[in-house]
Formats: sequence, structure tokens, C-alpha cells
Amino acid sequence: MITLSINGLPASVEKGTTVLEAARFLGFPIPTLCHKEGLTPYGACRLCVVEIGEGPGARLVSSCTYPAEEGLKVRTASERVMKARRMIIELLLASCPQSKTIQDLASRHNVRQQRFRQEHENCILCGLCVRMCKEQMMAGAIGFRGRGKNRSIGTPFDMRSEECRLCGGCMQICPACQARCTYTEPERAICGGCANLSPPCLEKEQFTDMMCYMSPCVACEIKKD
Amino acid sequence: MDTERILSIIRSSNGKGGIISILEEIQEEFTYLPEAALRLVAKETERSLADIYGVATFYKAFSLKPRGRHCVSACLGTACHVRGARTIVEEFKEQLHVSPGETTPDKEITFETVNCLGACALGPIVVSDEHYFANVTARGVRDIIQGTKDGTYGSNGRGREDLFSLEVSCPTCNRSLMDKEQYLYDHPAILVNVSMNGKKGRLRISSLYGHFAEIREHDIPNDTIVNLSCPHCSANLRSGPGCVECGAPTASMRVNGGDGVMRICTRTGCSGHMLDLDGEGTGQ
Repeated sequence: MITLSINGLPASVEKGTTVLEAARFLGFPIPTLCHKEGLTPYGACRLCVVEIGEGPGARLVSSCTYPAEEGLKVRTASERVMKARRMIIELLLASCPQSKTIQDLASRHNVRQQRFRQEHENCILCGLCVRMCKEQMMAGAIGFRGRGKNRSIGTPFDMRSEECRLCGGCMQICPACQARCTYTEPERAICGGCANLSPPCLEKEQFTDMMCYMSPCVACEIKKD
Repeated sequence: MDTERILSIIRSSNGKGGIISILEEIQEEFTYLPEAALRLVAKETERSLADIYGVATFYKAFSLKPRGRHCVSACLGTACHVRGARTIVEEFKEQLHVSPGETTPDKEITFETVNCLGACALGPIVVSDEHYFANVTARGVRDIIQGTKDGTYGSNGRGREDLFSLEVSCPTCNRSLMDKEQYLYDHPAILVNVSMNGKKGRLRISSLYGHFAEIREHDIPNDTIVNLSCPHCSANLRSGPGCVECGAPTASMRVNGGDGVMRICTRTGCSGHMLDLDGEGTGQ
């Protein structure tokens, strides 16, 4: 067992537990975006930053990838942490303003506007879909491609992958394009941007046998109309 | 595409860990990474194609498009930029009619821009194959392109500026040892007879001093001392002083146009050689 203190509260956790798990066990909320139980921690979104150590040696780490250490002193909501988190949310908003998940995060953290050049991406490169595809669906059909500003997620050579079983797991887990799901209830939709996106399964007849995890599924609702 | 060749590259590497080295070798073989090769690598290493494709697209050293025989890179780093690298790039674009990252239609030159080559004080820098040009001006671009097309700056030190060609002849019969029919790196090769353990053959050596390319008719194991003789009079070329590097006997040839003597080590794989011009030894 490892004993660490989180926000001054002592906690004993098994070896190999991450700081995030320990903090959640004690009931301290830490927002996450790229972390999902059942998928390997990835540390991409940095929303789960916490401050460890004391004095001038204190530093920010991503709690989802940081293993609990003996005697570790963690602060999950210090001024520095909150500032960093708000900045991350602003940056996320700057790239993916239409995502409901990110909008919710923003409102929860009292981020009312962002100061950066507005882009309209539909991907924050959190890698959830890649891990979902590989680890839960055992397919490995999609992956990261390129580097830097050219980094994107997709199938190799942009061709329909042989490994893909059209399970829809990637769409279901995606925090950036999840906004589509509010389409069936337009009054609850925040920006309506989802209505302008066309899900791929709508266009091609071969997707009729699609195993879909989305509920309610936008495509199915549109088909009904 | 040579499937067997790719398979042998994959099998000679150590399984899952060596994806980058596998891709490097494939790229060396084909100048780029063909799609079929990536599929093969994925299948053989039991990884998903998405993983392999991710690696291949992540590193700038890998190319998924066929590349030219020569590669010219212009540095666009801060220092080079300040010193006018932009005009150099524009000049290359103008003369090659390609944008950075593209290959000329005749598949001769691939033109690229890079972010820093680490020689900022010498900027603007242009690298042609393996030769670095410092303080490049727009006026010098034409020469670089011409030189690149001629293969002057290619790998294996082909025509490096510090290399010069020697014409040699047999010290006994005075007949030229230059083989006008066989060119090695744009210069006539030196042709000598080679014998070892009763086996006889011919050996062609690059006449560029300091350059060790050779063509052997027979396989000679490395680290073997061979006998070199004149193809005309069969006189043994072995000479007095031993090799400066390994002490093995050397073979000497007379350098045309003077009293100079060139000595090369007779041990295969040894790069020991020296040039005696008018008695003044210039060992290398």
C-alpha cells in the first residue's frame, strides 16, 4: 500500500494506482477528457492536471498518467491548477467550439470566452477513438497520422480499412463530434452545429448493417424523417 | 515491387521492436515506402497497418511518395531565413519548377526545405545529397542544380571536392593501368590483376584518391592479403614499405606526369593508401 496526501487528506492506495484514481476514490473531482476507464491512460488533453510537491519544487503533472508515490502531496484544485485548466479549456474551445463536451467543461469552469484565433476543427486529437478501436474493439483500424499541425486521425491511406467492422465505437466515444447526438432534440442543442454535419452512415447503403453504439443515433433519426 | 526483398529485410530485423529500422531499410531500397511494403510490414510484424502508417507519416525522413535520385534541401531556419534563404528557395522553385517537397518530373531531384541544419553561422545552407553548401547565393543555385544532376555530390563521396582523380601506370612496363571502358564515379577505373590462393581475377579500383570503391570479379573475403599485378606485363606491384594503417604489404603504381608513386594496401577491407610525390610522403 502507498500512502499519499491529496488536498491534505491522507489516502492509502494499491501500488500502481494513478493519482487520478486515488483522488476520485476520495471524492475529489478532476475533470478529464481523454481518460476513459477501460482504455490505457494517454495524457493527451492535460485537463486532469494536478500540482504535486511543495514550495518551489511544486509542478503540474497529468494525474491520469502519474502513478501514486509514497508521501506524495497532491493538490487537485490549487490556484495554479485551476489557471492551467482554464487555459487548456480555452485552447480546446479555440479548436473545437462546437463540441458539447467541451462547452460543458467550459461552463463548469466558468470559462466564458477564449482569447485565441477561432478554428473549427472536429478533432482535438485526444486519441480516444484510436484507443477504443484498438483496445476495446480489437481492430486497430484507425490511428494517428502525420506530425505537428498536420497530425490527424484516420485510416491508413484514407481508404476504408479492412479491419474496420463499422462498430461505431469511435463515433460513440468521440468528445469532439458528440454534439451530433443532440440533433434529435434541437432545443437542447447548444450551437446546432451538429445539424450541419452529415454522419457517414447516412450516405452509403452498405452501412445499414452497422452495429451502432450511438443512442439516440443521429443517422437513424434522420433516416426516419 | 520486390516482395522477397522486403520480406528478407523484415525477417533480418528483430521482430516487433524494429519498425523504424525496417522502414529505413525499405526506404533505402526503394527511395520511398510503397503502400504494399507497409501492408507487408504490418502483416509480418503483427501490428496494425494504422500503427505502421502512423510511424511512416510521423517521421520526416520517411516518404510515401517516390523520390528523385538526388535530394536537395534548403535550410529555412531562423539564421538562414534572415540571411535570405527565402530567395534561394524561390530560385530553386523557379529553376526546378517544383515546390518544396516535390520531385522533378524526370525523377532526378527531390527538393525539400528543412528547418535547421545546425550550421547557422554559414547560412544560407543548401545540402545537395551529402554535400553542404555554405553562404549560398541565388546566383549559385544553377551550379548546385547542375552539379546535383551530374551526380557530383552523391553518396559514397562521389566526386567530393577534396577528391581528385589520379592516372597511374605500371612501374615496370610503364603502360597505363587506366581502364577507359569502365568508369567508376565518372572517372576511368584503375584495372589490375588480382590473385589469391591460386585464384585469379581482375580488380577495378576508383581512381579518385581517398575513395575506396572497387569492383571485384571474384568474391574475396575481407582481411585477406592479395597479390596485385600489372595486367599488361604481369609484374607484381608489391613494393617496399608496409601499409601505414595495418602494416600489410602495399602495391605501388606510378602516377602519370611526375615521379609520384601511389601505394595502396593489399589487404582487402583496409583503406590504407598513400601518395608519394617527388619523395614527399603525404600519408592519409
